[in-house]
Amino acid sequence: MGRLTSTIDAVRARGQKALVAYIVAGDPHPDQTVDLMHALVAEGVDIIELGVPFTDPEAEGPVIQLAHERALVHQVTLAKVLELVAAFRLEDANTPVVLMGYLNPIEAMGYEAFAQQAKLSGVDGLITVNLPPEEAGPLAVALQDKAIDPIYLLAPTTTDARAGLVCRASRGFVYYVSLKGTTGSGSLDVTAVCERVAHLKAQTPLPLFVGFGIKDGATAAPIAEVADGVVVGSAIVTLMGEFEASPQALKSAVIELVRDIRTALNASNA
Amino acid sequence: MVSKQLGKNEMLTSFPDQSGHFGPYGGRFVSETLMAALDELTLAYDSLKTDPEFLAELGSDLEHYVGRASPLYLAERLTQQAGGAKIWLKREDLNHTGAHKINNCIGQALLARHMGKPRIIAETGAGQHGVASATVAARFGLKCTVYMGSEDIQRQSLNVYRMKLLGAEVVPVTSGSRTLKDALNEAMRDWVTNVDDTHYIIGTVAGPHPYPMIVRDLQSVIGREARAQFARQHGGLPDAVMACVGGGSNAMGIFYPFLEDETVRLIGVEAAGDGIMTGRHAAPLTDGIVGVLHGNRTYLMQDQAGLISETHSVSAGLDYPGVGPEHAWLKDIERAEYVAVTDEAALGAFRQLNLLEGILPALESSHALAHAVDFAATLKKDQNIIVNLSGRGDKDIPTMAKIDGISIG
Repeated sequence: MGRLTSTIDAVRARGQKALVAYIVAGDPHPDQTVDLMHALVAEGVDIIELGVPFTDPEAEGPVIQLAHERALVHQVTLAKVLELVAAFRLEDANTPVVLMGYLNPIEAMGYEAFAQQAKLSGVDGLITVNLPPEEAGPLAVALQDKAIDPIYLLAPTTTDARAGLVCRASRGFVYYVSLKGTTGSGSLDVTAVCERVAHLKAQTPLPLFVGFGIKDGATAAPIAEVADGVVVGSAIVTLMGEFEASPQALKSAVIELVRDIRTALNASNA
Repeated sequence: MVSKQLGKNEMLTSFPDQSGHFGPYGGRFVSETLMAALDELTLAYDSLKTDPEFLAELGSDLEHYVGRASPLYLAERLTQQAGGAKIWLKREDLNHTGAHKINNCIGQALLARHMGKPRIIAETGAGQHGVASATVAARFGLKCTVYMGSEDIQRQSLNVYRMKLLGAEVVPVTSGSRTLKDALNEAMRDWVTNVDDTHYIIGTVAGPHPYPMIVRDLQSVIGREARAQFARQHGGLPDAVMACVGGGSNAMGIFYPFLEDETVRLIGVEAAGDGIMTGRHAAPLTDGIVGVLHGNRTYLMQDQAGLISETHSVSAGLDYPGVGPEHAWLKDIERAEYVAVTDEAALGAFRQLNLLEGILPALESSHALAHAVDFAATLKKDQNIIVNLSGRGDKDIPTMAKIDGISIG
């Protein structure tokens, strides 16, 4: 069993919901990334989703686009991201790390070379935003060889037929994108999301996590009532931009936000 | 060579396959939210493309609104100057709105209407596709938003104002390199958000399936006309057909009806910018690496780490790091050839066509003209080249005036 599945099982056994935190590797500076990852874990984050900077992050809203640009100023390529994961693993052998990015840097490295390097660095899963399961065959094989879990997205527009395909192709968990739109956009219709999540959960034995539009404890709690976990991204990344010049203030602000969400998640399941 | 790459009953014109691939290229690399919309568009197009009523509507608008057929013109003084093969110009510059882009926009606006989508969005580089989109939006009573890089807005202020006069909203894109590729990213983001009521009119033969196919089919009216006109005006087939390639829609449009004519050389001309050796260019087929961007697998301008490079061309319409997947495939199977022409050579051809033929070409099309003159000189006088004169150059006058140090404020 992979680190991702065993972690999710352990969270479930504790009667809790999983908290996934997303940051872009190298944002605002690569020297801060590993320290921030440890801080997230200390505040009760169960899984870290690490964005791989790309020049054309076409599914991201303005907040995360800027994060990609900030990281690219410091030449944070895919190879550098894998180095950061390896550095994180020196002090944390337990927290799963999932990479989230676009296909082209992975193609440039080569599927097999990527899978091998990722495994050595301690990567557990991969979300490739612009790679639907239909086009994923050769990459899926390379990942399976190295026991890295491919995670695919479900959207509000996904038909039931496609949902089946997406769930069958996924390992570890399935990620439901709760909004039509880019990351960080709009506000959630909680009732609609909950209905959809309940419907989707009936179709797959995999845990279902919900992301897009979860900003704080208040928005996380009702979603966690139905989902197995929540993903918080733009809310954290906003702080990266706000406190770009001040690493200490940034860390404190991130800790405060994550603590609020963790507390709300625990209370809603108490 | 070509036949070895194809299966027994396959023809060059039968691509893409069911899943949208041209050999290893093309496909559908988008976020999950768009998959349903692409399926919907594929179904709608499959049923409409053979629907007599739709085809009649399209044909009528192409004739009475766009002004087709566009002439095939023998450029005698240019031919004389080149000193070789006869150079024929397919006059897409004479279309309504001044470029080939309208052929695609009329068709896709009709598609949008049939799918019940009241809003269209578009990306634009030089502004020609934006103007064509805004035009058909006015023609069909659709709402229209055009995304344009802030860098390009500076270079093409005339077209920006034109789009506004046509009632479109022009949104400046300030992310990334602030050019066409970033406008495309932003249009994709809009589409992901507003997919229920919005149709995205991609302006070139790139993007996720079915776009490369739809845009090619709608633009292939250029090649069908040119082929018939040449047979009528001269007889037989030309020896070569030539067009500039940014995303590649005017080139695919004129190439496609000639694909099965093995004796006709198909030559695409990319933008070499300051020169291929300088790295400051926009010629992925000449000097690029295969990768995935904007929904399809194709040749791209990128670095070793898979990050997309900034491109350079004096022509905003060619300033794009990717190219349509069908071109990538035609290059690999050696059915088409691709070369690149520098800014300097294109500017020379721009001036030359003004002086010798009284025609003001777009800077994009000037790349094809520059190569045509050189290439004609290597052929015999009884041979023939058709060049797709894809657009007119009114929009480029401010750029030229600036280069010449003339203030036309």
